[in-house]
Amino acid sequence: MKKNETIVDNSNLVPIQGLGVAIEVKNLYKNYYPIKSGEFAGLGRPAIGDKSNPVPLQGLGVSFEVNRGEIFGIIGPDGAGKTTLFRILTTLILANSGTASVDGFDVVNDYKEIRKRVGYMPGKFSLYQDLTVEENLNFFATVFNTTIEENYELIKDIYQQIEPFKKRRAGKLSGGMKQKLALSCALIHKPSVLFLDEPTTGVDPVSRKEFWGMLKSLREQGITILVSTPYMDEASLCDRIALIQNGQFLKIETPENIVAQYENKLWAVESDNMHKLLIDLRNNEMTKNCFAFGDKHHVSISNEQMTIENLKEYLMKENHTNIQILEIEPTVEDCFMQLSQK
Amino acid sequence: MIKFLLKKEFKQLIRNPFLPRMIFIFPFMVLMVFPWAASYEIKNLNLSVVDNDHSTYSRELTQKIISSNYFKLTNVSPTYKKALKSIEKDQSDIILEIPANFEKNLTNGQGGKVMISANAVNGMKGGIGMTYLSSILVDFNAQVIQELMPSSPGAASVPTIELDSQYRFNPHLNYRVFMVPALMVMLLTMMCGFLPAISIVFEKELGTMEQINVSPVPRLTFILAKLIPFWIIGFIVISIGFLIAWAVYGLIPAGHFSTIYLFAAIYILTVSGLGIVISNYASTLQQAMFIVFFFLMLFIMLSGLYTPIDSMPEWAKWIAAFNPLKHFMEVMRSVYLKGSNTFQLAKPLMALIGFAVFFNTWAVLSYRKKN
Repeated sequence: MKKNETIVDNSNLVPIQGLGVAIEVKNLYKNYYPIKSGEFAGLGRPAIGDKSNPVPLQGLGVSFEVNRGEIFGIIGPDGAGKTTLFRILTTLILANSGTASVDGFDVVNDYKEIRKRVGYMPGKFSLYQDLTVEENLNFFATVFNTTIEENYELIKDIYQQIEPFKKRRAGKLSGGMKQKLALSCALIHKPSVLFLDEPTTGVDPVSRKEFWGMLKSLREQGITILVSTPYMDEASLCDRIALIQNGQFLKIETPENIVAQYENKLWAVESDNMHKLLIDLRNNEMTKNCFAFGDKHHVSISNEQMTIENLKEYLMKENHTNIQILEIEPTVEDCFMQLSQK
Repeated sequence: MIKFLLKKEFKQLIRNPFLPRMIFIFPFMVLMVFPWAASYEIKNLNLSVVDNDHSTYSRELTQKIISSNYFKLTNVSPTYKKALKSIEKDQSDIILEIPANFEKNLTNGQGGKVMISANAVNGMKGGIGMTYLSSILVDFNAQVIQELMPSSPGAASVPTIELDSQYRFNPHLNYRVFMVPALMVMLLTMMCGFLPAISIVFEKELGTMEQINVSPVPRLTFILAKLIPFWIIGFIVISIGFLIAWAVYGLIPAGHFSTIYLFAAIYILTVSGLGIVISNYASTLQQAMFIVFFFLMLFIMLSGLYTPIDSMPEWAKWIAAFNPLKHFMEVMRSVYLKGSNTFQLAKPLMALIGFAVFFNTWAVLSYRKKN
């Protein structure tokens, strides 16, 4: 093997936000089960399937760009196609059609280059459980032809938290520590693009917050981060987000703009009988849609003339007691729910 | 880079609480216990005698049979019916019935008749018992002729063919001499073919394979790093096998060790190719184990380890011809017992090289397709 070829030269990397494109995806389409024409046009595993009739591929798929030094969030429910997108971009699987490039390299033709310069942390913990923390990190460093010492600065903040346990086997770590180790291993070769597939799924709220803090500091160092999550509350922590459902992007925007573009009035409603309340609200022709959000129902009102008083009257007629209605600011989740209804 | 991967493999292998011990216990078990337990030689057959004559000759015959050490007199019955009962009760395996007037008929020149009936529920046991007993009877017959007509001029003039049988390469028909070299082949198949397959599928199942795949490690390097430890283990195991064969069974190959090592190297390449093919198709350990089991059964049953290939039906012979295990067993037995050299073994050599190329090409192709 030619050893010199695999050394990554990161010195010319441009760590300034907004300069250049780190990931470019055009009409990317991947379907594990070919289905009847026109039924599915995105990424992943559609619910309907038929092996004998593959879909025509023109004009299908997803397209987007991620700028350098950006935290780009892919937000969507389970089965939306998030992992499929990650696996295509990290050169693990091939798309049916469309093109994608990472750091300027094509995912099909230049996959070797991409493998040298990206870090990938899959949703499932997949390090060697029978090697210690230190051995895992060392192993992945050597695999990328580097050493822990060389890039220690980059992982210092994260690795310091698990360093007391460095002689412990990875399989014996707690969930949060495993995640920190996985992130350290994904970063040890100083990647220019970092792929994090649902890094916070199954992690406690404190660790989640801490984890996003780490991502922010990584961005400061010029690393582009593509992160997927099913949690809508994490969306506001990204620079830009793409809402994905059923293999297709609903919208790509900054979290602020997505919220600002919410078209209707949004009210939070509660009463004593929450179940009947949901049915009654949905039956009212003035409401566009209504979803249960924790202990309240979020109602989006399509009619501009409608006031809170009008709604209260209607609900009192339906025998509701202790009615409380508040005008609220929409969250990303509200936007997602509305977009997914369209 | 392969250095680091190998370091990791060995570290994992040693940390595994189970595998390193198994790698050494397994060959010992197979080579020390198996050849002693599994043997075609049958001793202590239970004999039931129905003596209707009670004469000197009939007693002499019974005595002769028992003193052969193959038979144990467990039942003496007055009638054939009662002797059959003892077979039904599993007290005896074979009945010898001596008719009345056995001695009288022998001495007056008419010739005697005896009947042997064997329990053939276990066909092999019955058959072998029958053979043993018949050969003792033939012996007895010759003895009787000698006694009755020691120097009769007629007897001397009768031309007889005297059988003088000789077993070449294994003069005492020692079962172990023939089993031990073949068992080493089975060990090598497990160590170098199936263990790496399972080890690769294990990484697939854990997801660590994916981590390696997104790194610059070339696929070939990864696979080699998986195989090399088992190649080394394979050579160690086969060397231990030679040692056990010599220390326990006094077996030293009649041929040269270099011949065996050469064939072992090709064979290891063949089975590890098969191992990679298995790992390419199996995505879980469960699947891998099942495929391994399937091949192991097929290979062993149709390898000539127990039953000779020549006694199989034509179609089974064809399957056996495509069994690498069969060819290497043939080589091992030939080198150990006959002292064959590489040139004399050109046919299995070609076959094994063919398999090595076939399985490794398949391994490469099936990997590409899956990616």
